[in-house]
Amino acid sequence: MLQVDNLAGGYGKEPIVKNISFRVNKGEILGILGPNGSGKSTLLKIISGILPKQEGAVNIDGQDAAVYSQKQFAKKVAVLPQLHAHAFSHTVKDTVALGRYPHQSGLFSSWSDEDERAVTEALDYTGITRYKDTAIELLSGGEQQRVFVAQALAQEAPILLLDEPTNHLDIAHQQQLLDTIRNHAIEKGVTVISVFHDVNLASLYCDRLLLMEKGEIAIIGEPQDVIRETMIGKVYNARVKTQPHPELPKPQMTLLPEKTEESEPFNVNKEHFTVSAERVSFQVNQPLKTVSSAVVNAGLGWYRAFVNRHVDENYNCDDVKAEMSAYLEQHGYPIADTVGMMTAVTTEHAEIGEYEGDFGTVLVMVTAGVSNAVDVSQALDREQKVGTINTWVIVNGQLPEEAFIQAMITATEAKTKALQTENVKDPLTGTIATGTSTDSLLVAATQEGENLPYAGPITPLGKLIGHGVYDCTVRAIRAYKKAKGWT
Amino acid sequence: MNKATIAYIVSAATLLVAVWLGVSIGTVKIPISTFWDSSDTTASNILWKIRMPRVILAGLVGASLAISGAAFQGLLKNPLADPYTLGVSSGASVGAVVTLFFGLSIPILGTYTLPVFSMTGAALTMFLVIGFARLVDRSMKMETIILTGIIFGSFLSSILSLMIALTGEELRQIIGWLLGSVSMRGWNYIVMVLPFVVIGSFILWMNRRELNAMLFGEERAHHLGVNVKRRKFMILIGGSILTGSAVAVSGTIGFVGLVVPHMTRLMWGSDHRHLLTLSFMNGATLLIICDLIARTIISPSELPVGVITAFIGAPVFAYIFYRQRRKGAM
Repeated sequence: MLQVDNLAGGYGKEPIVKNISFRVNKGEILGILGPNGSGKSTLLKIISGILPKQEGAVNIDGQDAAVYSQKQFAKKVAVLPQLHAHAFSHTVKDTVALGRYPHQSGLFSSWSDEDERAVTEALDYTGITRYKDTAIELLSGGEQQRVFVAQALAQEAPILLLDEPTNHLDIAHQQQLLDTIRNHAIEKGVTVISVFHDVNLASLYCDRLLLMEKGEIAIIGEPQDVIRETMIGKVYNARVKTQPHPELPKPQMTLLPEKTEESEPFNVNKEHFTVSAERVSFQVNQPLKTVSSAVVNAGLGWYRAFVNRHVDENYNCDDVKAEMSAYLEQHGYPIADTVGMMTAVTTEHAEIGEYEGDFGTVLVMVTAGVSNAVDVSQALDREQKVGTINTWVIVNGQLPEEAFIQAMITATEAKTKALQTENVKDPLTGTIATGTSTDSLLVAATQEGENLPYAGPITPLGKLIGHGVYDCTVRAIRAYKKAKGWT
Repeated sequence: MNKATIAYIVSAATLLVAVWLGVSIGTVKIPISTFWDSSDTTASNILWKIRMPRVILAGLVGASLAISGAAFQGLLKNPLADPYTLGVSSGASVGAVVTLFFGLSIPILGTYTLPVFSMTGAALTMFLVIGFARLVDRSMKMETIILTGIIFGSFLSSILSLMIALTGEELRQIIGWLLGSVSMRGWNYIVMVLPFVVIGSFILWMNRRELNAMLFGEERAHHLGVNVKRRKFMILIGGSILTGSAVAVSGTIGFVGLVVPHMTRLMWGSDHRHLLTLSFMNGATLLIICDLIARTIISPSELPVGVITAFIGAPVFAYIFYRQRRKGAM
């Protein structure tokens, strides 16, 4: 559809962009990314004919774009500019109607039904029909930009070029505009090439990305091939981290600000725990990076308060999450900052341990109720009853995500071993239990101090977690048995 | 009936009324019957030999200035632009003042020596300005054109000032010409100026849609499929032809070219498909009315029409401006 071969050009004698070759297929959305001054807008301007090319060729529909007249070119390629001010006022409809300019010819060139249809359709598509008789300067920035989108759509060109189309727009308008353009690309098979300032937006909306560096292509490919920490970090000269989008298979990146000099080292210890008949809580001043299977704020996040709440054995509630949130709020724990778990075990029987290694300390808290212990290998097709072992592992150190996962494996293995040592059996099968049916696990780390890349049993951290969880779980089971009068 | 149709009807009607007032009012009242009944030879002579050519010339000059003002404001995207921005008028003035200063009279041209010299001055200036602008910047950006116009305009004005400073008893004549007047010109001037008015206006009118596109900037116009370079060139030539010929026959009449397009825009919008034609009609109307006032207000003496245009036009503009802004604010 559009092919660029070995293109070079720019403002002066020295080309600003050079050695540019790529191809965009019908209906495809290509995003052009790059730091300021990398030549991304210049490239777009050369393609659209605003700036002269010095070398190479731009082919549209298999023909050199240079042979098209200005009007013929405008029938093939529409351009959506950045939002800017203008001196005299036009109504919305007149502005959109200008998009039909390339389709009109002759001295009197009357307005055809085809022109009227295209304009009406563009107004409808961008949702601005109700403003059609309003002067554009009376509209907000987001609405004005929609008018220019409509103008470009009314041009009915098979190729659409956009230069940072969402500049100066708020996020709702950014989304609206890009959704409109993407849907248009899908429905009408329009080919879109757009310069983006925002790497994450580009990743979300583009089929492929072209990353520019110093006037040349650094890489071109699908978002997951382009948005990589090393590549983005190098080209933009910024500290970034990539992560998956929560809903789409599109990578997103986030900046890692330079850390400020710390005034005091941040450490957590046993003193941060409070145990009462109602709950075990752990509260610190700085948030900890946390992974958990809790009731409230499960998953990955940063939290300052951790609550393991005792509930009655017969606790029953349709919306556990809402009830638990209400409980936390009522007791002064801010919801955004708190991880909440539940247990039927008396929380006064919580076992808390502090274990010291060369790198720092690991805190472990376990509450164990084993009446409904389960051998997980035999757990298929049977009705489960509630029983809970809640385990917290809190590390003074910096852990990458893989270490969190390893810490969870290690802690789980240690728990299972503790059940074996204590000879806890699955009452139904009579085999040794591996846990209960609703166990929860939480691993948190201060993300300060020593870097701890792994947490398997081969590492000092893994050893400490294994030992600590095993130790606390054994003690917690014993305390539980004692309370039940089993021993 | 849509807004544009109303605009045309209103503008045409006021123009007709202005023409009628222009020919009928004066020291001798001319009844409307004179148009078809030539039995009253005095009235008939006044109507056809004196007033009618004067009114038509005023109309053509006003129309030329207004339509080129509208086009220049749109092209340069500058509300302060007027037909004189390019400096072409200064060229025309220098041509005229040189004729007066040296008392030149080319035998075959006779009394037309002045307008011919003036047009020559305008044409030379136009080529110099456009040529220099292209030399500076091959793409002829709007800023380049404005600055080049200012450079040439100031230079030519200094030549005018020099000649005025060196002038003795001819001073009144030069100042009178510079202030602008359409009196005592006759049909010959109309014949002389008409082709330029027709050609210039036609060139501008051919670019009405391109002017609309260029309001959004040259780059935008380019993307919409306008051959910006060629169109810009055409508009500059068209506007210059109109301005040069208007100044050559009437002197530098101010205000019409700046304000009529604004008034028209305020009332009927800035769509050049209508703005150009409506400005043409309204410019004619305004200058005809102003000329009528100029020759009757201190009768039997006459004022230069350039004095009246601003004197009448500014309050009218202020009123329309106030009303439109108030309407917009509500």
